[in-house]
Amino acid sequence: MDIRPILFTLRRHKLTCCLLILQIAFTCAIVCNTIFLISQRIGRINTPSGIAEAELVYVQMANIGSHADAKARVAEDLAALRSVPGVTSATLLSELPFDYGSNNMDVRTDPAQRMPTLSATQYFGENAVKTLGVQIVEGRDLQPEEYVYLSDVFKLLAQKQFDKLPAATLITRDMAERLWPGQDPLGKRFYVGQGLPFTVVGVMANLIRPGQGRLEVGAQYSTVWPVRQTMEEGGSFLIRCAPQDRDRVLRTAVDKLKALDPDRIVLDKGTMEQHRRDFFQNDRAMVGILAGVCIALLIVTALGIVGLASFWVAQRNHSIGVRRALGATRGNILQYFQTENFLLTTMGIGLGMVLAYGINLFLIMHYELPRLPAVYFPVGAILLWCLGQAAVLGPALRAAAVPPVVATRSV
Amino acid sequence: MFAYYLHMAIRNLRRNKVLTGLMVLAIAMGIGASMTTLTVLHVLSGDPLPGRSASLYYPQLDPLDMQSYTPGVEPPGQLTWIDGMYLLHAKRGTRQALMTGGMVPLQPAQSTIDPFHANARYTTADFFPMFGVPFQYGSGWGEGEDDAKARVVVISAELNDKLFGGKNSVGQTLRLQKADFRIIGVLGDWRPNPHFYDLYMGSYASYEQVYLPLSTSRDLHMEHDGSMDCWGDGGSDQAHMEQSTCTWLQFWVELDTPASVAAYKSFLDHYSDDQRAAGRFARPNNVRLRNVMQWLDYNQVVPSDARLQAWLALGFLVVCLVNTVGLMLAKFMRRAGELGVRRALGASRRTLFGQLLLESGVIGFAGGVLGLLLAMIGLWLVRQQPSSYAKLAHMDAVMLLATFVISVAATTLAGLLPAWRACRVAPALQLKAQ
Repeated sequence: MDIRPILFTLRRHKLTCCLLILQIAFTCAIVCNTIFLISQRIGRINTPSGIAEAELVYVQMANIGSHADAKARVAEDLAALRSVPGVTSATLLSELPFDYGSNNMDVRTDPAQRMPTLSATQYFGENAVKTLGVQIVEGRDLQPEEYVYLSDVFKLLAQKQFDKLPAATLITRDMAERLWPGQDPLGKRFYVGQGLPFTVVGVMANLIRPGQGRLEVGAQYSTVWPVRQTMEEGGSFLIRCAPQDRDRVLRTAVDKLKALDPDRIVLDKGTMEQHRRDFFQNDRAMVGILAGVCIALLIVTALGIVGLASFWVAQRNHSIGVRRALGATRGNILQYFQTENFLLTTMGIGLGMVLAYGINLFLIMHYELPRLPAVYFPVGAILLWCLGQAAVLGPALRAAAVPPVVATRSV
Repeated sequence: MFAYYLHMAIRNLRRNKVLTGLMVLAIAMGIGASMTTLTVLHVLSGDPLPGRSASLYYPQLDPLDMQSYTPGVEPPGQLTWIDGMYLLHAKRGTRQALMTGGMVPLQPAQSTIDPFHANARYTTADFFPMFGVPFQYGSGWGEGEDDAKARVVVISAELNDKLFGGKNSVGQTLRLQKADFRIIGVLGDWRPNPHFYDLYMGSYASYEQVYLPLSTSRDLHMEHDGSMDCWGDGGSDQAHMEQSTCTWLQFWVELDTPASVAAYKSFLDHYSDDQRAAGRFARPNNVRLRNVMQWLDYNQVVPSDARLQAWLALGFLVVCLVNTVGLMLAKFMRRAGELGVRRALGASRRTLFGQLLLESGVIGFAGGVLGLLLAMIGLWLVRQQPSSYAKLAHMDAVMLLATFVISVAATTLAGLLPAWRACRVAPALQLKAQ
């Protein structure tokens, strides 16, 4: 179809056309970036945890007052939990995946290194790997004889007896790849604090780290240590069982723990799946808001196109009649308005791409977002082309329905 | 004359109800979205202690070792026990308080209420007068109680309602971590937002239920809750936090004049010098002294999601306005014939321009009213969100007024271009075309 007559007509409505193009450009730019933001959030919500989420329940408790025999009490508690029918494994873990707070340490590959290579979280707890359901891809799990109590670790630190600290640790594959790219991490040493060396004895496939704002700086930078805790030092009981037994096991576990020592308070309890949902609730709310604005934006733009197209159709009623009288088919008229819209939308999209890039630069500067991948540009373009065509269809059909006899009437 | 123009504007708008409705709706949606997000921002970036915040300062020192030191690095956000205690006892400000957060098991005397963990603040005597904390009953404690590690406690109004049915509970006993505390005060309504004095508990944290002397909390080894940053071989258990190389305390000081602020800053510098000479500090002097608003700003308390939402909503408003400009232009240009006749009959360009502008103003006003309604719904939706700050999202008088000013101003501005363009029609040409 020859587009020259269309361009010629549009030149007579320069201002209106510019406004429509501007609106489409803004919409395109905002929609491209918003879809990108949504996909980022969804990616975050779906971060793999590396643990058997569907098989875990947890109980977080606090003592009223302190106990002298804290170590024996933990052993008793854990034995009671393991005796609950259906429980395959239980531990007192220093922190849970999807907790808001977290314990972290700076890691160096060379004690003389000034800036740390990365910061990683520390999980303490006997049987942590087995209970969490973390997969070990290289090396071995920590052995029972390697475990020491956290209070003893503090004592050794205070007495500067660093050589007696437990030396074996597990790290994740992501962390190994960051510390020693392309090398075998087994048996390698990393350094914490004032150059205390620790040896990697096993590599885990994945293990998500807890902490608000920590997923952005290495979601899988986690370590597991041969350290046991007592209840006073914080931590949560983590229990593994079959998914269908979770509610029953959780109820029985809380009852048993309370029966063993009534002098404590349940701070929190639940399933790991619910803990994960709570952790990402802000992200899910944000996805909803972003999607809502995106849809509202598209609706407003569509209504704008309908409004302007309706005006033009009404304004050109007479000339449409003349064209029809001179032999133009209904299809020709329909095609005319559709092509006109296509041209305007295309110009809008062109400008919109530049704007989208600009907005992305702004977001990179202020919100530490990655660069907008090129794939979002065609997505935005196709979306707006479809939107434009759908919006103009109504007015265009009305234009096509104008009978040729209109040409013979004046005004 | 104005009343007549207004009447005409409304008549004109009613001639094309669908189009007018479309424009009003677009404006309303833009205004509604913008005002919702701006109200949230406004609430979140408010001054927690109006009138007082400018003279409250948060000193920072840098006791870290040289490991991973880079020039210009910010000092840690909290103080060690040694530094905090020194600043507290130096008494260089009008008032000063050292504090940290905690969790205390609380065993109610009533058997109907299960023991629970109470949110606690361990602090020193000046906390209450310095922050202007209102009391319903009783009062805070004095320096004597701090020194004596006294078992006294101040409770929040909410806890008083829960345990004592809102009655005056001063003099009653509260059992905390198996120790008896005497209640000496019940707070009034006090919830400064953000939770400026300890941002490490969440910026819009739920408020403390019990306040007790810091010295007492250490004496009884009460649980510390909040952020603790250690360096060197610093890791520490709860019992030995005084000696550890960890920062875990917040310190606030009241300084009433610019001269006292300058004097305090040089005091911090001298202290750093002394500590370095004594071998405790390794880094070059690195002190900061920020007041409340500067401290909130430095910590970027306003959630970045809230700011992002505001930008998005403003972008949406721009699209809505461009949309309205386009539609108004089309509408005014269609009336070119009528405008031409009126020009020919002697109406001045100014009069027509004013009338058209009034017409867009009416759309703006209608959009504002509807937008306000949408903003109310929007804020209600925000309050249903899970974020900690969501509950605070309420419209106030300032934002109410702002909604109208912004919507009328924005639409009138949007009406300028179409009105100007429509007034430029040559009357003769229009008459001829007819």
